Amino acid sequence: MTTHDTSGGAIVLSHLSKSYADVRAVRSVDLTIAPGETVALLGPNGAGKTTTIDMVLGLTRPDSGSVSLFGMSPTEAAAAGVVGGMLQTGSLVDYLSVRELVTMVASLYPRPLDVDDALALSGCSDFADRRTRKLSGGQAQRVRFAIALVADPDLLLLDEPTAALDVEARRDFWASMRAVAATGKTVVFATHYLEEADAFADRIVLLAHGSVVADGPPGEIKARVGGRTIRVTLPDADLDALRALPGVIGAERRGDAVILTCSEAETALRRLLAGFPSAADIEVRGAGLEEAFLALTAENN
Amino acid sequence: MHPTYLRYELLRNVRNWRFILFSLAYPVVLYFVVTSPQRHATFDGVAFPLYFMAGMAAVGTMIAVISTGARISIDRSVGWTRQLRLTPLTSAEHLGARVVCGFLMALLVIVLVSLSGTALGVSLSAGAWLTMIGLMLVGLIPLTILGILLGHLVTPDSLAPAAGGTVMLLAVLGGAYGFLVAQSGAVFDVIKALPSYWLVQAGKTALAGGGWPAEAWIVIAVWTAVLIPLAAFVYRRDTSRV
Repeated sequence: MTTHDTSGGAIVLSHLSKSYADVRAVRSVDLTIAPGETVALLGPNGAGKTTTIDMVLGLTRPDSGSVSLFGMSPTEAAAAGVVGGMLQTGSLVDYLSVRELVTMVASLYPRPLDVDDALALSGCSDFADRRTRKLSGGQAQRVRFAIALVADPDLLLLDEPTAALDVEARRDFWASMRAVAATGKTVVFATHYLEEADAFADRIVLLAHGSVVADGPPGEIKARVGGRTIRVTLPDADLDALRALPGVIGAERRGDAVILTCSEAETALRRLLAGFPSAADIEVRGAGLEEAFLALTAENN
Repeated sequence: MHPTYLRYELLRNVRNWRFILFSLAYPVVLYFVVTSPQRHATFDGVAFPLYFMAGMAAVGTMIAVISTGARISIDRSVGWTRQLRLTPLTSAEHLGARVVCGFLMALLVIVLVSLSGTALGVSLSAGAWLTMIGLMLVGLIPLTILGILLGHLVTPDSLAPAAGGTVMLLAVLGGAYGFLVAQSGAVFDVIKALPSYWLVQAGKTALAGGGWPAEAWIVIAVWTAVLIPLAAFVYRRDTSRV
C-alpha cells in the first residue's frame, strides 16, 4: 500500500537548526526514525520539541539543515497525504459537529479511515453529534486525535497529545495509540511526561536546550545513568557542599529533605555520612526516568 | 475545487446566522431609510433609488466578500489553517472555497437589495440587471482577495476595525453612500482608481445598456494582478503559531 520511498527512513533530520530572536530553539539536530518506530521526543518546556515537530511538518522553516519524510519534503509529504499531525496549539473550527468536522478532514485524504471507525478509536463516538464549540477540553483533545487518525497516515506526529486529559482519558488515549502503532505506522510524540515516554515509546529521544542529549530504548537511557538517588533529611545543609561530594551529580532541596542524584551512590553515601553527621531518614532508590533525565540534562550543561 | 470541503465550508457559513443577518440587514435597512424620503430625486445622472440601490449593493457585497476572507484570521487564531496545511488540500482549494462562500453571500446581498429597489420603484430590465450582477461580480474579485490578505495580516481582535474600516473607506470614496467627495481633479482620479467606485458604477453602466469603460476593466485587472501575489506571499509565509 505504501508507494513512497522508505529506504531513507520515515523521518530524516540533518543538522536541523532554528532560532527565534536570541533563543536557539533547535541546535543542529540529526535524527533518523525508521518506518514503524514509536518514538518519544522527551524534554522539559523550551527544549525544542514543538519547534522540531513544526519543522518536521513543514509549518516552520528551518534556519539551516533539512527534513526528509519518506524521501519527500514536508510539503510534498503533506500533499501525498502520508502525514497526520496533532498540534499542540491546534483547536477546532466552529459551526460543525464533531462528525462533520472529521468527515471534512477525511475527505481531504486519498485513503482515509472510515469516519465512524476513527471516531470510535479516538473515543469520540459518544459526542460525535455535538458541535465543536460545546466540547470540554478533554473531548476537544480527542477530536484532534480523531482528525490526525482519520487520515490513516503512515507517519503520525503528536505534540503533547495528552496535555488536556485526565488520568482515565490518558489511559484510553494510549490504549488507542497502541492499536494504531500496532498497524505498523511510524508514531512520534512529544511529551514531558516521563512515564508516558517510558511506557509507550520503544525509543526515547531526549531533548534539552535544542539538542539531542540522549537517544535509545527507555531501558538503555536509564542504564546510561546507572545512578541512584539518595533522599536525606538535612535541614541546614549547604547544597553546594553536597554537590561537591564524590559520586554526586546533583542536589536539590525538597523542604527539609535533600535529593542527591548520584553516579556512584555507595561512594556518595559514605562521604555523606562522614561529612554530615546530622543526616537522617536516609533512603536510596534506583533512578527512574526522571532522575536519568536530570542527570543527562545536567551532563550536557 | 474540492466539493466535500466546500460543502462543509458553506455549512459553517450558513450556520453563522448572525453574520448573515447583519451582512444583509445593513444594506437593506439603510437603503429603505435613506431612499424612502428621496424617491424622486436624481443623483449623478440617474434616479436616486437606482443609484443608491447600486451603492448599497456595493457596500453589502464588499462587506460579504471582505469579511468572509478576513475571517480566515479566526481560523488562523485557533490553529486550524496550520492543521489544514498538513492535509493534501491545496491552497487554491482552500482559498477557492472562501471565494465561493463570499460570492454566494454577495449574490444574496444583490438579490435582496435589488428586491428592495423594486419595492421603491426601481425598474431595471432583466438584461440590465444581469449585466449589473455580472460587472459587480467581476469588480468583487480584487476585493475578495483583499479580504483574504487582511485575514492573514490581522488578529481576530483587530478584525472588526480592519475589515469594517476597509469597507467603509472604500465605500465612502467609491460613492456608495450617495455622494462623491470630488467629481473632478486629482481626488476624483484617485477615486476612479478604486474598485469600489466601479462596483457602484456597475448599476448605472448597466442601465445605460453598455458595459464598463475600458478604464474600469484596467482598474480591476491591476488591483487583481497586484493583490494576488501579495495574498499568495502572506499565505505562504503565514505558517507560524498565532
